[in-house]
Amino acid sequence: MRNPVLVAAVAAGKASGLATRFLGRGGGTALPGLIAQAMYPGVLRALTSQLPAGALVVTGTNGKTTTSRMLGSILEEAGLEPLHNRSGSNLERGLVSTMVDAATPSGGLPSDLKAGLFEVDEAALPVVLGSIRPKVALFNNLFRDQLDRYGEIDTIHRKWQAALPRLGPASTLVLNADDPAIASLVTTPGLRAKPLLFGIDDPRYALDALPHAADSILCPRCASRLDYSLILLGHLGHWRCPSCGLERPRPEVVATKVELHGTESSNLIIETPAGKLVVKLQVPGLYNAYNGLAAVAAALAFGIAPEKIKAGIEKFTAAFGRIERVDVPGGKQLLMALVKNPVGFNEVLRMLFPIEERLGEQEVTPKRLLIIINDLIADGRDVSWLWDVDFEIISAASGLVSSVHVSGIRASDMAVRLKYAGVDADMIHIEPSIDAALDEALGSLPQGETLYVLPTYTAMLAFRKMLHGRGWVKSQFWEQ
Amino acid sequence: MDLRIAFLYPELMNIYGDRGNILALSRRAQWRGIDVQVENVSIGNDIDPNFYDFYFFGGGQDKQQIAVSEDLQGRKGDAIKEAVERGAVILSVCGGYQLLGKYYRPFDGDALPGIGLFDAHTEAGDRRYIGNVLVDCAVPGVGTIVAFENHSGLTFLGPGCSPLGKSIIGGGNNGKDGTEGAIYKTAYGCYLHGSLLPKNPRFADHLLTQALGRRHGPVELSPLDNSLEQMAHTTATSRARETR
Repeated sequence: MRNPVLVAAVAAGKASGLATRFLGRGGGTALPGLIAQAMYPGVLRALTSQLPAGALVVTGTNGKTTTSRMLGSILEEAGLEPLHNRSGSNLERGLVSTMVDAATPSGGLPSDLKAGLFEVDEAALPVVLGSIRPKVALFNNLFRDQLDRYGEIDTIHRKWQAALPRLGPASTLVLNADDPAIASLVTTPGLRAKPLLFGIDDPRYALDALPHAADSILCPRCASRLDYSLILLGHLGHWRCPSCGLERPRPEVVATKVELHGTESSNLIIETPAGKLVVKLQVPGLYNAYNGLAAVAAALAFGIAPEKIKAGIEKFTAAFGRIERVDVPGGKQLLMALVKNPVGFNEVLRMLFPIEERLGEQEVTPKRLLIIINDLIADGRDVSWLWDVDFEIISAASGLVSSVHVSGIRASDMAVRLKYAGVDADMIHIEPSIDAALDEALGSLPQGETLYVLPTYTAMLAFRKMLHGRGWVKSQFWEQ
Repeated sequence: MDLRIAFLYPELMNIYGDRGNILALSRRAQWRGIDVQVENVSIGNDIDPNFYDFYFFGGGQDKQQIAVSEDLQGRKGDAIKEAVERGAVILSVCGGYQLLGKYYRPFDGDALPGIGLFDAHTEAGDRRYIGNVLVDCAVPGVGTIVAFENHSGLTFLGPGCSPLGKSIIGGGNNGKDGTEGAIYKTAYGCYLHGSLLPKNPRFADHLLTQALGRRHGPVELSPLDNSLEQMAHTTATSRARETR
């Protein structure tokens, strides 16, 4: 007989979940977790400890959802059916809801469920590590994101360091060697978990200088300015502290070759302790190459065979709203890419406007953009981050864009940002209503062409809902 | 005509998009045919107090601020104060503002020394003021300023400087006295991110006029089309009223 309080908490949580769904409040998944946890604070630990293959936790500022979904595809391939907090509910109560929802009425787990795959908000991670003892914890990166909600990145780094000693020697920390704030977690006092590092060695897509949005350029140990021999993405690269000598640790899982194919795909050659892996990802951009590399490293640490990793990750297609193509009437296409912070936005721009086009080595077809900026709580109330994005690459002189429609609550902020980036005022069209902005942008889009839609988080949800209302996508929410 | 801008510690003191202030000032000068030169001044670089017309000093994280505080002690801090006495304009936001005051006192540990350009000091507070703000600016002709605050430091002004304005929505300098920011001669400090200058073109032009005046005498700026900026200003005003 299981703990009767656990059984009652699971039952109450399940009942509230049913009620929520019955009322048609799609998407909101926190309530069952809140209720179950209030009744039994140990509910998350009691349920996750029953997962036969253990749990895998993914955190970091950018790429959590994409990386988790890549891992989900790999776990399925390996026959380890994962329970995944898919709906983007990545705070503790969201995890509890996911577990409660999956649990049997007696407080057990169904036998076909083998592993837990939990995407965890970076600020919520310390609390979550109090309940879940994951077999693998993956730390992707730490960028500036919604500081109005989280405080500064140094604060998060400190809280992580305080929480990590909770993990025992049976856990593996999978860390990005190229991010000084992540790699330096290896030096956490009292750390018992084993580290496994990943990084990119291929200099092909190196940047000339640190972008304005670069965050972590001071040594995590002595606060001197870091030197970089290679800058790849934001502050990610090959770094070294000239003052105390702390430097990028040599990663065990290394991308020795990265090949990006525009807005379509990318190829990676990865050296690992288990041998060489050649992987073709069906998602574009250097940031997704990092996500893929992280997923490969985490899957290896979870004990999955390389051939299963390759097969699983190659089946993966983009996560909801991340890079999504939608055919619309009139022989036109939309390509949606979520933008939520300066580094993420810069990388989306780099993916849309590859360096070969910017240098004039490749013929340029000017693109049409629809940028939707909201300032609701989930987006971050503060829109000043737009000034840290390098929109200068699409200035009038570049010839890379032919029109930019701006929409959302803060459409006019976006318009001002573009004006000061040197985008021709005649090319900027302001329409705060997303519905009307899409009509306008599609109206002027020639047949056969693509409109590139770049929404913030809540704008993405609203946009998706609208596409669903028009019958252009099957599902309004995130279940595929 | 030309304008010389110094961006103080750009790689250390630039969070919340504060570099938008440099962009706004530069573009608004260039659109009027004025040549603009922006130079980065960071740790270890000297300042010639006669050279620059405009300095921008943004906010940073704690670790960064400690390094910058050390660098400002002595000759460099003196050069900045002298530059202001000779008519240079300085705009400082958040951490930069605090370091131009006398000191910042954390909850525990020693006070972080500033350079004392402003007769002001800052103490650590236990609540963070975060959100859209509205300020009634004390500079004649500027009117309402819209911005975004994000600070827990509480700044108190002494008699040697005056507030930049009256806080209409937001915590202001310290959540108590209703003041926002500080003015000493042509030096300005505030807790206003957003970025500040792009959405407040009248304040931007006020600073530009003063900065150009240092070497070029009284300047009359030609008018610009501010309709986009005004639209963003209006949106930010209503967001401040709706969200706080």
